[in-house]
Amino acid sequence: MISLRDAELSYGARVVWQGLDLDVRPGEFLAVLGPNGSGKTSFVRALLGRQPLSAGTLTVLGGPPREAGRHLGYVPQQAELPAQALLRARDLVRFGIDGHRFGPRLRTGAVRRRVGEILASVGATAYADVPLGMLSGGERQRVRIGQALATDPRILLCDEPLLSLDLNHQRAVTELVDARRRSHGTSVVFVTHEINPVLGLVDRVLYLAPGGHRIGTPEEVLTSESLSRLYGTRVDVIRVQGRVVVVGAPDGPAAPPHHTHETAHGVVRQTETEEVHP
Amino acid sequence: MTLAEGVWHQIFSFEHYGELLALVRNSLIVGAALGLVGGLAGVFVIMRDLPFAVHGISELSFAGASAALLLGVNIVGGSIVGSLLAAGAIGVLGARARDRNSAIGILMPFGLGLGVLFLALYKGRAANKFGLLTGQIVAVDTPQMTWLLGTSALVLVVLAVIWRPLTFAGADPDVAAARGVPVRGLSFVFMIMLGLTVALSVQVVGALLVLTLVVTPAAAAARVTASPVLLPLLSVVFAVLSIEGGILLALGSSLPISPYVTTISFTIYALCRAAGAYRTRRWGHRRTVPQPA
Repeated sequence: MISLRDAELSYGARVVWQGLDLDVRPGEFLAVLGPNGSGKTSFVRALLGRQPLSAGTLTVLGGPPREAGRHLGYVPQQAELPAQALLRARDLVRFGIDGHRFGPRLRTGAVRRRVGEILASVGATAYADVPLGMLSGGERQRVRIGQALATDPRILLCDEPLLSLDLNHQRAVTELVDARRRSHGTSVVFVTHEINPVLGLVDRVLYLAPGGHRIGTPEEVLTSESLSRLYGTRVDVIRVQGRVVVVGAPDGPAAPPHHTHETAHGVVRQTETEEVHP
Repeated sequence: MTLAEGVWHQIFSFEHYGELLALVRNSLIVGAALGLVGGLAGVFVIMRDLPFAVHGISELSFAGASAALLLGVNIVGGSIVGSLLAAGAIGVLGARARDRNSAIGILMPFGLGLGVLFLALYKGRAANKFGLLTGQIVAVDTPQMTWLLGTSALVLVVLAVIWRPLTFAGADPDVAAARGVPVRGLSFVFMIMLGLTVALSVQVVGALLVLTLVVTPAAAAARVTASPVLLPLLSVVFAVLSIEGGILLALGSSLPISPYVTTISFTIYALCRAAGAYRTRRWGHRRTVPQPA
């Protein structure tokens, strides 16, 4: 589905990541982890064909990434949309189906029905006609997933889809993504800095860090030894009650100021924390 | 006659209305086309947060028109050239909102200054000068009308073709780019269409009041609906109502047309805003958790 060979990405002299070899299989759930500034967003942009590699090759569905756009469902990082007061949940999903086409819209019945089905499948029917600006973050994210699924994508690319969602909505969103993967064999690339909500679903992890990267199952990658080597400093990985807590990982070099919002359980955010609350 | 009656008579007078109506037939036709184009373009102006750009373009359009007046060439043509230069410059200089606003802030006084210069040099009728800034009704002769209608038709066709991807690109740029929509190209094309729309509006409502046709109707519609069909439709209805109503009311009086147009347009906005507040409350109640707007 996605294939990277000796891929490198750099901005001028600053190498973000290099020597990346990765094949994502159909139906695989790949989590992309790493501190701020480690190149997670650049990775997403590369897969979308919006950021050319500085070395190596990348193919998506056997071709250059730009050509795969139609088969790629993309859930962008949550941001205020410029016109969210003028846009209903229904319209956002509809963009996913035919928003890129030029010319007037002909024969709208089939498209309308499809939009209805999608909204129902992500549980958003109740607020289909409410402007996006009036939805909560979790509701909006459901609609986003619906939009991404609207084209029957073969790859689903989610950039921090759980950010600032409460636990219930986190679970709802991850379940929607996982259901799609199981029913259609859609590959999932899930960028997150919080592994715990998806820990049970993840097949492999790509961990990007300033000192390099590692690819493997969560058990292989998320260990004290492997992360200590990635960061070049002592990092402890603790597993408690089926959760992973990383202690002592420094933030990236270009990291913005620390904004600590703890999750509802009081579990400390992964990879960016210096202290642990029990 | 008291002073108040005199003023009233100046503002509203319907003597010889039938004969006057025949004089403004061209204006009414152009007004309808203008309402259509302005109402539709306004939807994207609101969506893309471009009201300031509209104002900036209209000042340059004014400069172009006054240069044409001075040189004795087609005023509509001059106005279009000024508009396109401004729209193109804004499109190129300001891809991001912050850059855009400073680019406009720099262009606008320059355009206005040029316009004032050309008008000062012009030795013709003073009414022509004033008309460019505040609008006029009987000014539209047949060759001008052909220009205005032709340009409107062009804008309408282009908007119809790019409507969907333009909405997608404006409302959801990240995903649109991922789906292969040429976001930057569309935004440039729209700026050019906006330039043409503004140049048209300058002919009727004048450079200072273009916003009343290109922004207010769409902003009013956005207060009461988010439907992609109803929004442009209402916006067009409001724009046509404002301009045709303005022309018909201004007809008997000796005043410029713009205060009539702007007052109708503002009244519609105020009504929609009140209706919209009700709508927001209704949906607001749906929420269980209070949500900042």
